Amino acid sequence: MKRAVGQISILIWKDLLTEVRTKDLFGGMFVFAVLTIVTFNFAFDLTGVNRAPSGSGALWVAFNFAGMLGLGRSIALERDRGSLDGLLLCPVDRGTIYLGKFVGNFLFITLVEVISVPIFAALFNINVFQLSLLLVLLLGTVGFAAVGTLLAVMAASTRSREVMLPVLMFPILLPVVIATVRATTLILTGQTADLGPWLNLLGAYDLLFLLIAYVVFERVVEE
Amino acid sequence: MNALPAEQRAETSMTGVDSPSPVVRVSVSNLTKRFDRRNVLRSINLELYSGERVVLLGSNGAGKTTLLRILATLSRPTSGVVRINGLALQQSPQEVRRHVGVVAHQPYLYDDLTAGENLHFFARMYDVPDELHRTAEVLELVGLGARTKDRVRTFSRGMQQRLAIARAILHRPQLLLLDEPDTGLDREGMHVLERILEHHVASGGTALMTTHDLRFGLTSGDRVLLLEFGRLTLDAPARELVEEELDARLSRR
Repeated sequence: MKRAVGQISILIWKDLLTEVRTKDLFGGMFVFAVLTIVTFNFAFDLTGVNRAPSGSGALWVAFNFAGMLGLGRSIALERDRGSLDGLLLCPVDRGTIYLGKFVGNFLFITLVEVISVPIFAALFNINVFQLSLLLVLLLGTVGFAAVGTLLAVMAASTRSREVMLPVLMFPILLPVVIATVRATTLILTGQTADLGPWLNLLGAYDLLFLLIAYVVFERVVEE
Repeated sequence: MNALPAEQRAETSMTGVDSPSPVVRVSVSNLTKRFDRRNVLRSINLELYSGERVVLLGSNGAGKTTLLRILATLSRPTSGVVRINGLALQQSPQEVRRHVGVVAHQPYLYDDLTAGENLHFFARMYDVPDELHRTAEVLELVGLGARTKDRVRTFSRGMQQRLAIARAILHRPQLLLLDEPDTGLDREGMHVLERILEHHVASGGTALMTTHDLRFGLTSGDRVLLLEFGRLTLDAPARELVEEELDARLSRR
C-alpha cells in the first residue's frame, strides 16, 4: 500500500512538473472554459428564473468540454513519445498507473474549476460559494476524470482519437452530466432539500467507475 | 537450422566471464504471435544464458521487435511459454519486469523533464535503492554527467539514446533487451554502449540486441540468431559466421 502511494505520488509529481513547464493542458482547458462561460453569459437571458438553470448548464458544458480537451492531450502526450510503454515496463501494478493518471487529471480539471468558478459567479451574478456546490463539483469531477482517464487511454490508440474520445465518453458519462446539472440547478435555486438522490447517484457512479477502471485498465493498455 | 546443442552453446558463447555454470536467463518454447490472421512469430524455441551477448538479426518485418516486446512484457504471446529467470511471463509479469531493462526505438523519456528528473522518476518506479547515487552513476556511465540538469528536449537524438540506455540499466536488470540501440549514436556513444554491454555480461547479465548493422552485430555479439518470416532459422556463435554470407541471406526476401 505504502509502495503504491509512493508510485502514485511520483506519477503525479511527473505530470505536474511537466505541466508547470509546458502549460500544455491548463492553458487550453482554462481558455476553453472561460470562453464558454462568457459566450453563454451573453447568449442567455439572465433575468429572473432562467439564471440558475442557464448558469448550471453553462458551467458544466464548460467543464466537460475543457476536461475532455485536457484528458485527450494528457494521454496523447504519453502515447506519442512512447512513454506510456516506458511506464508499462515498470514493475508497477497497472491499476496503480491508472490511479496516478486519474489523480493527475483530476487535479488539472479541479484547478481549471477553481479559477473559472469565481469568473462564472461574477458574470452570472450567482453566489457559488456554497458547500453543497463544492461537493457536486468534487463528485462530478471525480466521475468525469475516472471514466475519462480510462477512455482517453483507449481512444489514444485509435487513429481518430480526437473524435473517438467524446464518442466513447458521452454515453457512459450521461448519468454524471444529468446529475451534476440537475444538482447544480437545485443548489442555485435554493432547493437543497431535493439534492440527496443526485448526490447519491454521483457518489455511487464515482465508486463504481473508479473500481471498474482500476480493474480493466490492464486490459485497455495492452495492444 | 544451424543450431548447436544448448549445453555446448552455453559453453562456447560466454565472454570469458568467471561463470562456470551459466544460468538459463530466458527460456522460450513454442512461442507464436499472431496479429489478426498474420503469423508474426512461429514456434520460436530459444534459450539465453547468463553472461551472453546475443544478436538478433532479420529483415524488416521478420518479427524481431515483436519478440523483444513479448520478452519485455509489453505484448502477450498468442501461444507458447516464456520464462525469464525461471518466472513465467504470463503468471508473474510484474516480477519479471524487475529483471528486464529495455532500450527501444523510442526513448521512453519525458522531454520536459531534465535528464536527472527522468532517471529520478524511473528510479522511484523501480524502487532503486540509493537512488541519488545510482542516478549520478549511470549518468556518468553514459557520458551525460554534465547534462543532468538539462531538459531532454534540448538533447540530440544520440544523447537521448544514451539517456535511454541509462534508464534501461538504472535498476540493474539481469536481462537487457536492446532494439537497434546503435540508432543515432556517434562513435563515442557506440563506445559507451559497448562498455556498458561488456560490463553487463561480465557481471553475469544477458543482452539480447537487434541491429541492422551486420558488422556491429557480428563483432559485438557472442551468438547470432536469425529471424526469417517469424521463424528462427539460425542460432550460431558469431565467430563461426561469415559477414558476406549472412548479408546475402538477409538481402534475400
